[in-house]
Amino acid sequence: MDVEETPLPGIGLRHDFSTRSGRRLGVVSRHDGRRDLVIYDAEDPDASRESITLTPEEGDVLSELLGAPHIVEKLADISRAFAGLVGEQIELTAGSPYADRTLGDTQARTRTGASIVAVVRDHQVLASPRPDFQFHPGDVVVVVGTPENTAAVAQLLRAG
Amino acid sequence: MHDTATTFLELGAVLFVLGVLGHFALRVGISPIPLYLIGGLAFGHGGILPLGASEDFIEIGAEIGVILLLLTLGLEYTAEELLHGLRKQAPAGVLDLTLNAAPGVVAAFVLGWGPLAAVVMGGVTAISSSGIIAKVLGDLGRIGNRETPVVLSVLVLEDLAMAVYLPVVTALLAHHTVARGSLTVAVALGALVAVLYVALRHSDKVTLLVFSPNSDRNDEVLLLRSLGLTLLVAGVAQRMQVSAAVGAFLVGIALSGPVAEGAHEVLMPLRDLFAAVFFVFFGLQTDPVEIPPVLLAASLLALAGVATKVATGWWAARRAGIATMGRYRAGAALVARGEFSIVIAGLAVAAGVNPQLGPLAACYVLLMAVLGPLAARFVEPVVRTVRRWSQARRSPDHAPARGA
Repeated sequence: MDVEETPLPGIGLRHDFSTRSGRRLGVVSRHDGRRDLVIYDAEDPDASRESITLTPEEGDVLSELLGAPHIVEKLADISRAFAGLVGEQIELTAGSPYADRTLGDTQARTRTGASIVAVVRDHQVLASPRPDFQFHPGDVVVVVGTPENTAAVAQLLRAG
Repeated sequence: MHDTATTFLELGAVLFVLGVLGHFALRVGISPIPLYLIGGLAFGHGGILPLGASEDFIEIGAEIGVILLLLTLGLEYTAEELLHGLRKQAPAGVLDLTLNAAPGVVAAFVLGWGPLAAVVMGGVTAISSSGIIAKVLGDLGRIGNRETPVVLSVLVLEDLAMAVYLPVVTALLAHHTVARGSLTVAVALGALVAVLYVALRHSDKVTLLVFSPNSDRNDEVLLLRSLGLTLLVAGVAQRMQVSAAVGAFLVGIALSGPVAEGAHEVLMPLRDLFAAVFFVFFGLQTDPVEIPPVLLAASLLALAGVATKVATGWWAARRAGIATMGRYRAGAALVARGEFSIVIAGLAVAAGVNPQLGPLAACYVLLMAVLGPLAARFVEPVVRTVRRWSQARRSPDHAPARGA
């Protein structure tokens, strides 16, 4: 399926695609976090017949209704494919020695062998954080590795 | 003491009336800009209720309004978006600016105002109002339409052109010698290139001036730092004879990411206040009795302005592979002129180019700020009706020949 991506200067980004039944659908992701669900006119494919603006929460609900079971299925597939690896979510508390320090400072991969693949902050997933990424108290750190490795990262983030 | 009381009374009355006018504009579904201009006409010299005590405050407020208009405009774009627009829609941008500057330039020469006024009037008729257009596209639910990126890219190019055009006009209006004028323009262009470079490569460092990611966001600190930085840069730009507005625009571009969004959010109410003051100030400077003599010229300019913008949008949308109806929608969307036409005319009025230029620009913007949203709203039914009509004329089958 071809998803077209179009930048909208000053507004955000638009993604749109055609369904098998021949209708065109699009989503406008605005800079301020709102999403527009766009349903194009069947006769005039350039025009949107309906355009519904969703708040970030409403967008989350809609995406959950549409796709979440699918994502869970995919995650299950991934863990089957890489047997022996686990993904852990570790909350970084205010008492952590790494609160307000960078990912590089933890040297997590060198010291434990597990990888920090994402950080969830304010319900937003920040994927593939770089070494200069700065942790804040309350961040949820997503770690992938063997059960021992990820437990070592949890210990590292808690007590240094 | 007495003076302060009078100033408060006058300012309060002006702002309250603007609020009522804005409410009315929202109800009817038009842009409040023409109503603010009319409000200014009523309060100004020769108006119903001339103001005296608060004119100094309104003058400074108007200048801050211009700076905030340009700053928030810059905040809406990242340097990437500006350069992307430049690469993709450059031919459409060139067509847009030449085709739409033409009526203003021609008008200035026909009226015998000379080349300087021609440069100013060209700017007044060329530049669309991104504020009105963005709002109309949102209101009509056309953000997702496939011709909308074309419209937005044209606006981006116009705004970038403004950054070049404003210092040039400022230099020309200041009656600089050629050498001095070219130096000013070179400085402005150099600053533009430098800011685009910094914004592309080191945006995070500029952003640190306004917001430190270590601390939680504090609206008060963000407001004071972003406004302070902008006024400082605007002041420096003014000293260098470039144009305070361009300085503010560049600050807006250099800030990016969540900080730009945050600054945009906290500055919005302030911009709305001072921009309204700016429109009133422009109206204040215009004597209502000067409007009727320029009404014919303004109406002709308005007709030409609608035609040239529709042609621009039509052509740009066709280049992007949009079907016929979308091409007309793109053209009609671009019609509205507003804040920036007034900014340009304001510079010329302050420099005393021609006494009729202010009234003509005011009248033109009054017409275009009302016509623009109407054109965008009614372009589809009008095009459909015209098509049906011409189809009916082309096929004489429907004539009741058989029965006769």
